[in-house]
Amino acid sequence: MKVAAVLAALGAALLFQTTIAGMSLEGGTLVNFVLVAVVYVALSFGPLAGLLAGAAGGLVQDAVSGGIVGIGGISKTLVGFLVGVVGAQFIVSQPAPRFVMFVGGTVLHELCFQSLYALVDGRAVHFAWTTMFTQAAVNGLIGILAFQIVEGAPGLVQRREARRATFGRRRF
Amino acid sequence: MLDIRQRTGWIFLGVMLAQILLVSAQVQTRSGVRVIEAVSFGAFAKVQGVTSSGVRGVRDLWSNYAELRGARDENQQLKQQLAELELRLQEQRALAARTTKLQELLALQQATPLPTIAAEVIGGNPNAMPGIREITIGRGTADGVQPGMAVMAPRGIVGRVVGQPAARAARVQLLIDRYAAAGAQTERSRAGGMVVGIERDPPLAMELVSNLQDVKPGDVVVTSGIDGIYPKGYAIGRVESAEPGRGLYLNIAIRPAVDFHSLEEVLVVLVPPRPAMTDEDKPAVTGAAK
Repeated sequence: MKVAAVLAALGAALLFQTTIAGMSLEGGTLVNFVLVAVVYVALSFGPLAGLLAGAAGGLVQDAVSGGIVGIGGISKTLVGFLVGVVGAQFIVSQPAPRFVMFVGGTVLHELCFQSLYALVDGRAVHFAWTTMFTQAAVNGLIGILAFQIVEGAPGLVQRREARRATFGRRRF
Repeated sequence: MLDIRQRTGWIFLGVMLAQILLVSAQVQTRSGVRVIEAVSFGAFAKVQGVTSSGVRGVRDLWSNYAELRGARDENQQLKQQLAELELRLQEQRALAARTTKLQELLALQQATPLPTIAAEVIGGNPNAMPGIREITIGRGTADGVQPGMAVMAPRGIVGRVVGQPAARAARVQLLIDRYAAAGAQTERSRAGGMVVGIERDPPLAMELVSNLQDVKPGDVVVTSGIDGIYPKGYAIGRVESAEPGRGLYLNIAIRPAVDFHSLEEVLVVLVPPRPAMTDEDKPAVTGAAK
């Protein structure tokens, strides 16, 4: 069940990411759904799930993007593992800590990703800080939203079903 | 907080390593070689270098050992060859020297009007006493050798046959024997006297030469022939010193012309000794054996 959920999350994230990137070049840089999914999995299921999700999501994302396969994988594996470790050590059940984790994960991912590319391409490393922090904020918001949806959805369904049942028993 | 030794840590390391290898397989160095190939080649080359140097060291060690063994054997063979060659060289030198002496002897034999026979020195005196200088030659009565016959070498007079010769051997008294004597005269001034063997250096002395005679160091002394043994005119030696003596005679020391220590071949003059000259025959000095 957990594996299926992780795979479903990653699949959905990839789908969203490719869709957004196909719609707008700017849109592709404003958000990284795969990274959001990895951080989400790491916070939800721990470091092992986080690193495996990061490796799988990153490799697939690299393969789809046409770049060097493995750089995104390494970055997301590192982020997934560290976020999972931190999430296991601290209480990150509230939106604020989760936002910090998403933002931190995004910054770490970008730093690692850009550094590795600069390393293997033999060029000077250059960080687009504005884009990075913008994406970090967007990722954080999307992550918090995802948590809210996933955690709030069962209660919402139950309340709707209970309301339907109440209306059904009434006799007017 | 982060314990890499746990299972998750190992998995993390494995996944990271796998992806690093994956990246390396796609990235090329500036020379166009893939990073993974360059890294693996470099690492393998280091291992190969260590292995190769080890193998080469062992091989060199063995090779040096084998070469040393070969060199030792070769050294022994070469030493043996050198010893054989040195021996052969000495034999050749001896042969050459003997040939030279034989040539000289042959020349003397041809130059001498007297009948002679060559004889090989086959030994010395087995019972040598101080002052006694004798050798044994390989000619005897079967070759016509008789007692008292003169014996010569290419450089000069050697001595005379003493005792009764055997059929194939004879004893020769050398001129340096303390009991030997020969009539002599200086070649330059014709001063006559008698050369005798003495136990000093030089081993010959010329006696009975008057103080009035002109004898100088360097004068050649030859046989005078008055002793009836040695033919006239053959070299005995050279005057080394000539000083006035206490009496009427000079003290004359003579260096022999013949090297008596290296006699190998001699000539025996096949002329029986005749009686020594009388006072009427002149000159006054007699040169027979003492």
